[in-house]
Amino acid sequence: MSRLSASDVLVERGASRWTCGQSAGLLLLLAVALLALVGPIVIDIDPARQHLARFLEAPSLAQPLGYDQLGRSMLARLAHGARLSLSLALVSVLSAAVPGFLIGLLAAWCGGWTERVLAALADAVLALPGLLLVLLLAALAPGGFWPLYVGISLALWVEYFRVVRAACRVLLASPQVEASRLLGFGPAYIIRRHVLPALLPRLLTLMRFGLAGAVLAMSALGFVGVGLQPPTPELGVMMIELLPYYREAPWLVGAPVLVLFMTLLGLLLLSPQKEAA
Amino acid sequence: MDLNRLLSTAIRRRLLLALGQRLLQAALVALLVGTLCFFMTRMLPGDMAYRIAAGRYGYDMVTTEAALAVRAELGLDRPWFMALSEWWGRLLHLDLGMSQVTALPVLVEIGHQLGPTLRLSLLAMALSLAIGPTAGVLAGLHPGGWLDRATLAVSVVLRALPSFLLGLLLVLLFSVQLGALPAAGHGDHGGILLPALTLALGLAAVSCRVARDAMVQVRRSEYFSFALTKGLTLSQALARHGLRNVAVPVVAYLGVQLVMLVEGVVLVETIFAWPGIGHALVHAIFGRDVPMIQGTALVLGLMFVLFNALVDAACAFLDPRGRA
Repeated sequence: MSRLSASDVLVERGASRWTCGQSAGLLLLLAVALLALVGPIVIDIDPARQHLARFLEAPSLAQPLGYDQLGRSMLARLAHGARLSLSLALVSVLSAAVPGFLIGLLAAWCGGWTERVLAALADAVLALPGLLLVLLLAALAPGGFWPLYVGISLALWVEYFRVVRAACRVLLASPQVEASRLLGFGPAYIIRRHVLPALLPRLLTLMRFGLAGAVLAMSALGFVGVGLQPPTPELGVMMIELLPYYREAPWLVGAPVLVLFMTLLGLLLLSPQKEAA
Repeated sequence: MDLNRLLSTAIRRRLLLALGQRLLQAALVALLVGTLCFFMTRMLPGDMAYRIAAGRYGYDMVTTEAALAVRAELGLDRPWFMALSEWWGRLLHLDLGMSQVTALPVLVEIGHQLGPTLRLSLLAMALSLAIGPTAGVLAGLHPGGWLDRATLAVSVVLRALPSFLLGLLLVLLFSVQLGALPAAGHGDHGGILLPALTLALGLAAVSCRVARDAMVQVRRSEYFSFALTKGLTLSQALARHGLRNVAVPVVAYLGVQLVMLVEGVVLVETIFAWPGIGHALVHAIFGRDVPMIQGTALVLGLMFVLFNALVDAACAFLDPRGRA
């Protein structure tokens, strides 16, 4: 994880050569993204609106996924659930990646005590498995969106910090950066021309794993009942709510399972073959 | 002789350094968990003392004296920094307090739960090592062959399947359809198999690919071709020259997988109602039982550190190049 080789950069730069798996991953993700982005607008049904008389009603043309155990439109709930999962994942990954990148850069740039203190901070976060940290923060304010978001971002930023710091130490000491410095270019130029292009592939890979981890953590906590709470249309919550009806209406519990599986599989397949292997 | 002694002091220094790092990590775990749990007591809505008293004595039995006793016990009547330092002091004395729900000491509760958790995670680890690297080595012997492609497909699917869904599928298959194994719980014979298999399959999906890549490299290496050229059969060459070199990255990767294991234990124990520490942690969060949350999270964190130290030791044992 510590050093960037030329081939790492080349693999991602050769974007024209999409492998079969990568295209499949992209398609899966696009399908989920379409559901999350367009779904809630097109369907335009309140996911909390109950028609109790229609509970567990089978799929029809008007309601392609039927109604759930409380007579709520399953498709609307699914679309809102996908939107919730994806937006939480995107927001928490971005708010982990940006500070992680900046702090890692700062550590590598300054060195000395700054670096040591920041590395100790990262070690403190790494001492606990990420999900435990999220669980403990979720226990601080149960059922809320914010503790999940803060917990996932807190658990994720360390990876960016570590990768950026390790790569920048090598990069900043390299002859080309030295030449830039001798020519009188400032930090902004060096970051833009030397650091970002070299680190981007690594950062994108980390983001893919981070997105998968965030979606997974949220649904896992929802599933065991310590994440978001029932009226919320969240994928994990929906799975555990609908599980008792799997004999009568297997499509109901199958739908959130499929969306989660498609998201995770898409993110996994999207990585270059070398990492997926 | 001289060189030997020099080497052994170097080894000792490295081991002490690694041990020191792990001890520091353990201290950080305690500090982090303790501080978070302390703020948990402060941030819960309502009057904490009355809530806890209600949890402990039942909602009909809450009196002002009971609430005051709880208030004094948890330091809820003092400013937060004093209470925090006292909280840390108690943690330092390994005084984890009493469970707010069962009124038993947290250490006693954890004593009951540690055994099942250790049994589950060790069995899962053993199963995953039996399944993953074996499949990986067989796949790596013929890269691009049908076994290689099949294990790749299975491992990608397993990695995209969250442990709680995998557990569910196994329950539906083995308990509901076949009726072969108990779906949940601890009492019945064989109840450990499904949760352990759930964890093991997730771990094996990763270690299988690590072993496969390592095997491909070994296969291409000159020492392996030489072993074959000098007349060893494939299995002899594998046993004498191949497996240890395959084992090095697999064991090193175990360190990364420990995160998956500890996170998985929490989820899988909860789903299968396995009476371990992860199950207790989730239920302590349901019950807002802060001393239990602290105790269980602490033990899980320390288990993570201990397993990491064991992986370090195994790496050092397997790969002598790092020792000098």
